[in-house]
Amino acid sequence: EGLPEALPAHAPYLLIGGGTASFAAARSIRARDPGAKVLIVTDEPDLPYMRPPLSKELWFSDDPAVTDTLRFKQWNGKERSIYFQPPSFYIRPEDLDGAENGGVAVLNNRKVVYMDVRGNKVKLDDDTEISYDKCLIATGGIPRNLQLIERAGEEVMKRTTLFRKIEDFKSLDKVSRNVKSVTIIGGGFLGSELACALGRRSTESGLEVIQMFPEKGNMGKVLPEYLSNWTTEKVKKEGVKVLTEALVKSVTCKDDQLEIKLKDGRVVTTDHIVAAVGLEPNVDLAKSAGLEVDSDFGGYRVNAELQARSNIWVAGDAACFYDIRLGRRRVEHHDHAVVSGRLAGENMTGASKPYWHQSMFWSDLGPDVGYEAIGIVDSSLPTVGVFAKATAKDTPKAATEMSGTGIRSESETEDTAVSPVASDTPSPAAENKDDFGKGVIFYLRDKVVVGIILWNVFNRMPIARKIIKDGEEHADLNEVAKLFNIHED
Amino acid sequence: MSLSGVFCSYRQEGKDKIIFVTKEDHEASSNAELVEEDPNDPYEEQGLILPGGDINWNCPCLGGMASGPCGTEFKDAFSCFHYSKEEIKGSDFMEQFTAMQQCLQLYPELYPQEDEASPKQSSKDSAAEGPSAANSNPAPEQDSDTSNPNTESSPGS
Repeated sequence: EGLPEALPAHAPYLLIGGGTASFAAARSIRARDPGAKVLIVTDEPDLPYMRPPLSKELWFSDDPAVTDTLRFKQWNGKERSIYFQPPSFYIRPEDLDGAENGGVAVLNNRKVVYMDVRGNKVKLDDDTEISYDKCLIATGGIPRNLQLIERAGEEVMKRTTLFRKIEDFKSLDKVSRNVKSVTIIGGGFLGSELACALGRRSTESGLEVIQMFPEKGNMGKVLPEYLSNWTTEKVKKEGVKVLTEALVKSVTCKDDQLEIKLKDGRVVTTDHIVAAVGLEPNVDLAKSAGLEVDSDFGGYRVNAELQARSNIWVAGDAACFYDIRLGRRRVEHHDHAVVSGRLAGENMTGASKPYWHQSMFWSDLGPDVGYEAIGIVDSSLPTVGVFAKATAKDTPKAATEMSGTGIRSESETEDTAVSPVASDTPSPAAENKDDFGKGVIFYLRDKVVVGIILWNVFNRMPIARKIIKDGEEHADLNEVAKLFNIHED
Repeated sequence: MSLSGVFCSYRQEGKDKIIFVTKEDHEASSNAELVEEDPNDPYEEQGLILPGGDINWNCPCLGGMASGPCGTEFKDAFSCFHYSKEEIKGSDFMEQFTAMQQCLQLYPELYPQEDEASPKQSSKDSAAEGPSAANSNPAPEQDSDTSNPNTESSPGS
């Protein structure tokens, strides 16, 4: 009779946040609870999408319309969208109540600002109230910035990108085509991947790409020093000017350019900054909900089953959880969001399973550096690296990759269009000590392997996962390394 | 300091040990001991068929078939097929199968009606010999967010 359609006043399953963990939970809930009605509330305008391509595959696309289509090519040549599902997968929030077989509804551009745990309900930023039976908090986080950039004023801030979302990808893509110089601050995964992506672009466009960070080498907090140094040289080959041991002292805007002064006196002039200096987990609801926040790792504190309090679970970047094998931790990787989201969904539908299937992560920095990792991979731990000695018979990595063996996870891709011309063909006379072409690196804590990196070897994650799960002390890690057959493709 | 053995060489850089090994070094099989697996460990990721014989609808191998808009119809059809005791398995479930097909046709974007198995079908795409819709399930559902496929199940692998 002309009444405006109403949002549901009650959602049996309420998921706060519309990212990877939330989507994985929605999937899990729908699979296990027939006819489940799931409401995702997100402050973003987009349907759930995967994040890794935003700093990887999308930059290597041949399609000039990629910023609109957001489609990329996977390792197997098949193209797909970054969106987990197209719009037709979802039902409208207004239709959730009446959906006979339930469904997943996404309410965009709305923020949950208050959580009433006693009353089992939340309040949105437009004062709408929604009650729930089971609730998932999967609010992820927001990119950190350097304080001295935040305080440097409008002219600096508008020339600075904090990278996380689709809109940031679009914005940076545009910027990179319109400026002469871009500087990435941060030497971790995101910073290094973006540096390599932009570096690749720089060969065509003449864009100057600079990367600076306090550590001695790229991935300095992850890779042991010798490997971090080796990787840094590879990043430089991608066209990036890398400034190591760089601590920013000030950033000012002069004549439409940014002047970055480092503490050691070095000065860098650039047009645009990308700050990739970490993620601040979003715990905005902790106060109203009376939820515990972890002081060591940040994020909401949850148990091994990802539960914060009755009827409330947390998954993804915002969850500081108890890992039975590795101890309390918080993990900011895509696969963890999938694994933890799935698990939360299972537990929200009656299971009581702890976090057990260890998630993995991966990164690619140019054609010579591709690795997968699992567990605690912290460069401050003692490591044992076992590398294949290059012989005259070894072929460059690129050629090996071209045979299509790079299956890592369904959701990731390796750019198979990489040119097969390798920049360094090992010759028999080459100094083998410094060729870390492929191998496996073990990270130890009290003589137990807690983390493993598979360095340019693929398809071995199950054995790595097994070793971490076992948690045994191994007397000779070279024997353990044998299990990986690193000499084979 | 580098210690060159007959074959492999190793050196220590502070707390980090580096070993280089040739193919021959690694030829002999490993003597590393792994803990025996418990196939019924409830914590582990399950395959398509649970230990009790039921279907694991949350199996990543099903893609989003059980969770999408036609999830209910898919579950009905596949369950009927799975539990069917007929000699020609599933010959008694035409009604459910038809209902599922009708639903799938309403969502061509999600379930494109491809002709026959596309050459790109991997062994993980289909879990069932029955409903052919599972076979034609395209990449978007399968590849969406599954984690490492090596631990995901295809039956028997």
